[in-house]
This record gives sequence, structure tokens and C-alpha cells, in this order.
Amino acid sequence: MRPVYVTGVGLHPFGRFADSTVTALGAAAVRAALAEAGVARGGFQAAFCGTVYSGVAAGHKVLTSLGLSGVPIVNVEAGCASGGAALALGAGQIASGRADTVLVFGMEKMPRGIIRSSFFEPWREEAGLAATPAYFALRAQRLMFESDVSVRDLAQVSVKNHRHGVHNPNAMYRKPISLDEVLASPVVCPPLHLLMLCSPNEGGAAVVLSSTPAGAGSVRLAAAQLRSHLAGSVLGEHTPLSGLADDGVPTPTEMAARAAYDEAGVGPEDLDVVELQDTDSGREILSAEELGVCPRGGGGRWVRDGGGEMGSALPVNPSGGLLSKGEPLGASALGQVVELVWQLRGAAGARQVPDATVALGHTVGRGANACVVILTR
Amino acid sequence: MTEPRPIAPGLLGNGPHGPTLVVGRCVECGRLHFPAGPACPYCSAAPCVAGEVGPAGRLCLFTVVSNRPPGYPGPLPYGFGVVEMDGGLRVITRLTESRLDRLRPGLPMRLVIEPLFTDDAGRPVLAWAFAPEPTA
Repeated sequence: MRPVYVTGVGLHPFGRFADSTVTALGAAAVRAALAEAGVARGGFQAAFCGTVYSGVAAGHKVLTSLGLSGVPIVNVEAGCASGGAALALGAGQIASGRADTVLVFGMEKMPRGIIRSSFFEPWREEAGLAATPAYFALRAQRLMFESDVSVRDLAQVSVKNHRHGVHNPNAMYRKPISLDEVLASPVVCPPLHLLMLCSPNEGGAAVVLSSTPAGAGSVRLAAAQLRSHLAGSVLGEHTPLSGLADDGVPTPTEMAARAAYDEAGVGPEDLDVVELQDTDSGREILSAEELGVCPRGGGGRWVRDGGGEMGSALPVNPSGGLLSKGEPLGASALGQVVELVWQLRGAAGARQVPDATVALGHTVGRGANACVVILTR
Repeated sequence: MTEPRPIAPGLLGNGPHGPTLVVGRCVECGRLHFPAGPACPYCSAAPCVAGEVGPAGRLCLFTVVSNRPPGYPGPLPYGFGVVEMDGGLRVITRLTESRLDRLRPGLPMRLVIEPLFTDDAGRPVLAWAFAPEPTA
């Protein structure tokens, strides 16, 4: 298999943009990535577009607006991991030798309010079972019952990520918030308060992959692994109606992480910077445990010891995470990749993690697809 | 009097001890799943046989839904949680109790089948939920 390099990245900020179409959001990110890579129309042999809510031929519309070249364009849906899935497919094209240059991008304009998802049959919606934040709440409660995670720990995750987000000009929320403010925000589904949940929003992200490094300090895509769910868990992103009490079934994140560490030849102890799924603050703690950033059952201790903070041994979500950026599903995984490429290049400005050489990105989404990406310099 | 209808076919049953959920039981591995499907989600053996579990359960996890989820016409707030039934089957479910101070892990629960809302044709629509055992 050939090595895969990231030779250009582009981002449309995450937020709400009433005057922009989803096509425009994607096109802005793609244009920036292609320009940085020095790739013109016809300079890539395939394109993969991650999106969930953008409708038919969404990626084709983006590339139509920039000038078509006849290459295969594939639209990829894998819930919150859609961009990661697109990246894994694109990387496979380079690694296998089918293509020398591939464009991967993702964009979204999320509806407002609790995400409506055709994942749920109409009768499940009628039964009140499409209450997405309630699944997050049950998962956070399980962490609290099965380990020493407290509501204050959940709040602290949000405090940390919002403090990081202050320095990210591409984030939706850039104000620091205090522990008391998080705990005083309305309860959405106990134990989760409003400020412990990310906002669905809008944005775009793009990367150009190549078989040839861009030059000195070039960033290598060392792993991009996607896994889906095993039967048996009742609280995964697959939001099932039932499962069996056989705890210990590996989660999609654990499976994807193991495969990605194997592919890249690194372990969690080698990481310098991590961007992981924090759709709610309990999800950040669980993600950290599943990725091996902290021990299983040690997530509460990890938070209280300042784990993941800037200046700690392993900063987590220096971008501010989804809690600060908001979550445009198709763009969120690639947004992490763009951020991590900037980190590895030393171009992350006030949120730079010093001397970062190994970076990990993680998303997990409905379906349930988990994607773990490892980038190295 | 308009006849009530179940919220979906093949979910709700009635056993000798009260209401039940209709589950799939794998003839190969013996594991249960709900709603009952044509093949076992654990080992892919097919066909599975239909069985019924309930009404007894035990509360594992619980929260409260106060903001109206998409497509839900019923009353708010409502409890929402995971209840473990016989055979180790854990079910995502509405709870009749939405006060957290009346819920705790391990609480004995009982399946109930009740009208949740009235459809456009004026028919009461039956859905399941779990209620704390009255004696608990």
C-alpha cells in the first residue's frame, strides 16, 4: 500500500449562514483546499463528499459550481462520521494506486432544534423514542453509575472546550463559560444541561489527498479506519430499541481505534493532540476512554486531573470541539482533520499544541459508524 | 366508541400475568431481540420465533424528556430510560414517571399498555411504557 499525504486543506467556518446555500459552503472549503494543494480542475481523479442532510447529488452540485471534470464523485452518508467515511474511501484510492490525487470534502446545513432523522420510523417518532438528547443523557448517567463521573465533571468538559474555543476564529461560540454557568443552564435531559450539548449548525471542510508529499514537514494520513456496530449494546449511536445485558461488547470507536493504531503503528501514548467526538460532554469522556486517552472507568479522574487541557500531556479538542464549533454533520470529521493538519504544521495560532507530530481525530455517528483518523508529520 | 389501535403491529402482547412485549427469540443462540425481526441480530440465524416477555422489569437508566421530540404528539414531560426484562433483554422505553426523585437504579417496574395520543381518525393509539411497581 502506498503512503497517503494531505497536501491541501480548506474550511468554511462553522456557524449559521442564512444567506449561503449548502453548495456554497462546500465550494468555499473545496476552493481553499485545491488552491493550497496547487490542484486545478482535472487535477484529481476522484472526489468523495460526506453529507447527511444535503439531498441528492450534493457533492456533484459543489463541483458543478467549481467546474466539472468528469471524475467519479461519490456522496457518502455515515451520520456524524460521514466526513471520516469519505476520507477513508479517498485514502483507499491513493493507497491502492487507483488515484494519485483525490479530493475529499463535506458540508452541511443542519435543521434547527432536535435533529429530525429518517433513521427513526414514523411510529418510533410517535412513541417519543426519537428524543436524541435523551440517549446522550442515559449514556452520561451510565458513566456516572458505573464510575465516579459527576455532574461537575460533565460541566468541566464543557468549560474546557469553550475555553479552547475562544482562540478558534472558525468556531460558532467563542466565549469562555464558567462551571456555574454550565450548571445554571437549563436541564435538557438530566443529567445533561443545555451548555453540555453541542449545537447542530452549518459549515464545510475539504482536504486534498496525494500519493506525493507536499514537501518538508508534509502531513501523512497514517490511518483512516471506519467501523460500525456489533449487536448487543443498548446505548450506542445506533439508537436501538433493545439489547442484551452482555456488557463488554466492543464499541465501534474501540474497534476503529484499535485498527487505526495498528495501521499507523502508534498507540495512545504516542499522541500529541486529539480532536474527538464531544456531541455532549459525556460523549467526550466516553470517547477519551474508548480511544485509550485515559483508562476505562477513569474518565472522571481524567477530567478532575486537568486531562485534555491545553498545556496538559495530551490536549483534547484544542479547537474547542463540537461544543464550541457546533456540529455540521458532513463537515465535522473533516473539520477535525483540517484542524489537526494545522496543528501538525505549527499553523494553529493561539491554540497551537507545541511540537505536535502525531494527531488523532475521532467521530462516531448514527448508524453507528465510528471513524478514527491518525495524522503524522 | 372508536376502537383503539396499537402504535405499530407486532409489538404489544398480553400474557397470563399482564401486558407483554413481543420479542424475537433465536432458535440457534437463544438470544432475544425487540421488536421481533425475521433474523437474529446477534448470529443472523433465521427464522426467529416470536415470544413474549413481561410485564416485570427492573430499571437500569432513566432521564426526563421535556422538549417535544420530532413527530411525538403525546404528553410532556415524560420519563425515558432503559429497563431490563426477563432473559436479560434491555429495552429503551418511555416511563410513566417523570419525577427523578421517584426513580432509582434497580427499581422494580411493570409494563403498561395505554393510550398515548389520538390519531387523525379519532382512534386512541396504544403504546407501551414502564411504571414503577405500585408496591415498590
